[in-house]
Amino acid sequence: MSEIKIQIKNLYKIFGKNPKSALEQVKDGVNKDELLEKHNHVLGLKDINLDIKEKSIQVVMGLSGSGKSTLIRHINRLIEPTDGSVVVDDENVLKMNDENLRNFRRTKTAMVFQRFALLPHKTVLENTMFGLHIQNIDEKEANTKARRWIDRVGLSGYEEKYPQHLSGGMQQRVGLARALTNDGEILLMDEAFSALDPLIRKDMQDILLELQDELHKTVVFITHDLDEALKIGDRIAILKDGIMDQEGIPADILLSPKTQYVKDFVEDVNRARVIKAKHIMSELNGQDRDNAMFVDQDDFIDRFIDKVISDKPNCLIVKNKNNDDIGYLSTKRLSEILKR
Amino acid sequence: MEKFFLSEFPELSRETLRFIKKGFDASYRAFSREYGDTIEAVFDPVLYFLVWFEKLLQNSPWPIVLICFLAIIYFGSRKISVTIGSLFAFLLIGIFGMWEDTMSTVSIIGVCTLLSIGIGIPVGVLMAKSERAQRICTPILDVMQTMPSFVYLIPVVMLLGIGKIPGLLAVVIYAIPPIIRLTNLGIREVDSEVLEAADAFGANPRQKLFQIQLPLALPTIFAGINQTIMMALAMVVIASMIGVKGLGQPVLKAITNQYFAMGLFNGLAIVALAIIFDRVSQSFGHRIQQHRSGARE
Repeated sequence: MSEIKIQIKNLYKIFGKNPKSALEQVKDGVNKDELLEKHNHVLGLKDINLDIKEKSIQVVMGLSGSGKSTLIRHINRLIEPTDGSVVVDDENVLKMNDENLRNFRRTKTAMVFQRFALLPHKTVLENTMFGLHIQNIDEKEANTKARRWIDRVGLSGYEEKYPQHLSGGMQQRVGLARALTNDGEILLMDEAFSALDPLIRKDMQDILLELQDELHKTVVFITHDLDEALKIGDRIAILKDGIMDQEGIPADILLSPKTQYVKDFVEDVNRARVIKAKHIMSELNGQDRDNAMFVDQDDFIDRFIDKVISDKPNCLIVKNKNNDDIGYLSTKRLSEILKR
Repeated sequence: MEKFFLSEFPELSRETLRFIKKGFDASYRAFSREYGDTIEAVFDPVLYFLVWFEKLLQNSPWPIVLICFLAIIYFGSRKISVTIGSLFAFLLIGIFGMWEDTMSTVSIIGVCTLLSIGIGIPVGVLMAKSERAQRICTPILDVMQTMPSFVYLIPVVMLLGIGKIPGLLAVVIYAIPPIIRLTNLGIREVDSEVLEAADAFGANPRQKLFQIQLPLALPTIFAGINQTIMMALAMVVIASMIGVKGLGQPVLKAITNQYFAMGLFNGLAIVALAIIFDRVSQSFGHRIQQHRSGARE
């Protein structure tokens, strides 16, 4: 449908004294524990292949130690891989020289960090302008841009405060404003909301989704929280011990988990809030329209389930944005999905 | 034979030792005859500056100098109490006839501190950036801090004779290690996550140094400057032995002639200077960390 923005191919990362020789072992099938025990090397990532679509939010999920933070740092090459390639817009990031890499980081990408990583000696405004200062952009222009994004993330009035005087949620808003002011096409978010309180985290997720609706950046979002992944991800990749277990749209991961690990992960999720009508509809074949209920393809189950219970329709007809019928959903199927 | 070997440490014969020492001294003497003038010429600009600064402090009318000092002290510390205390200290120093010597000491301490900052911070930065530089510099700093100062006075005097420049060198050698060490430490302590963020935004090494590492290390560097000033003050008596004018010379005279009161007065003047320098540089150091607490002024 849309273009591939970031293409990660056969990516390996091994930490240790002699990663090249350890790489041979890993390609020969030595697993993580054995590698550590016998060769004293840590397997960070093993044969990762991931195509990230332009203007979408790609979530990478996994528990701590799964290699998700290592993976995101390969996209802007804060970490050098042991083997493989990362191609952004037809350019291999791993082949860039220092100067080109700095330019790539300045203009194409921006990053938001788990523990904010703001500059403690600079004010909110100066922090937000940091990326533009690095590019030697005219002070007046930088100031205008920075103030606009500070306002956009809801921090007007705090321009002259220092990060230490702000709460965690507000500090991460600064982190977000700093990244957005840079105006790169790629936004890398490394557990950006994980250090925040649940309520504030929800606020930040909403801000991100709202901004994404108008900015259409290519976002790579790392998280260990499945609910967060399902809420904001257009696609989700699940990492375990440096290996990618499954990659797909949220509904696929919920409805057909490929491994036991993913199955355990998705077991307790409230499906009604994640699965949309279009994910579970079947093809139309002359369904009876009497006593049918009409639902939008992008509606989550929990938006129409109450009405299904009270109205007791024979079946549900799914409509697209142009109000055409595109599929149907039987109440039996619906209850199967919810019971599982 | 065996017993003799164990009870007496086997040492070089007296002739050999004398030969080594004589050879060493002779070659150093030859070196200083050959290059002494050149090396002295290198330090000429520093000497001119030092003499000019000392004359300026001594020949300007004392009330003007005093007002300038108090202004610097107030703007450095922003504390009325420190400023008034300093006023009394300077008045007492003047009344007890030590104004001129104090001005000499202030000028040499000032120049030594500037030199130490000018050399120490770049060396500290180099140590922080390169493991190799750190491995080379650390033992040299250890020697500079522990070698009795009289020992390195000998070659300095042999090379440059007696006077202000050898004294200045001796003070700088003694006082520079803290600022080098603390610059190195301050830069190494900068949060690696902040540096990673700078990398992610495409900062080059120079931008990282001047926009992040040095500003964040500044409080630690300031502690180093404070230490350097204190150590330079501690050296004024020893420096006076090789002809540096100032509060050290009367102390030296007092030691050789057993003038207790004279030693005590001049000693107390040095203490007063030390306390003033310390309070001012410390509160200045605190102020530049305003981002750590309280709101902006």
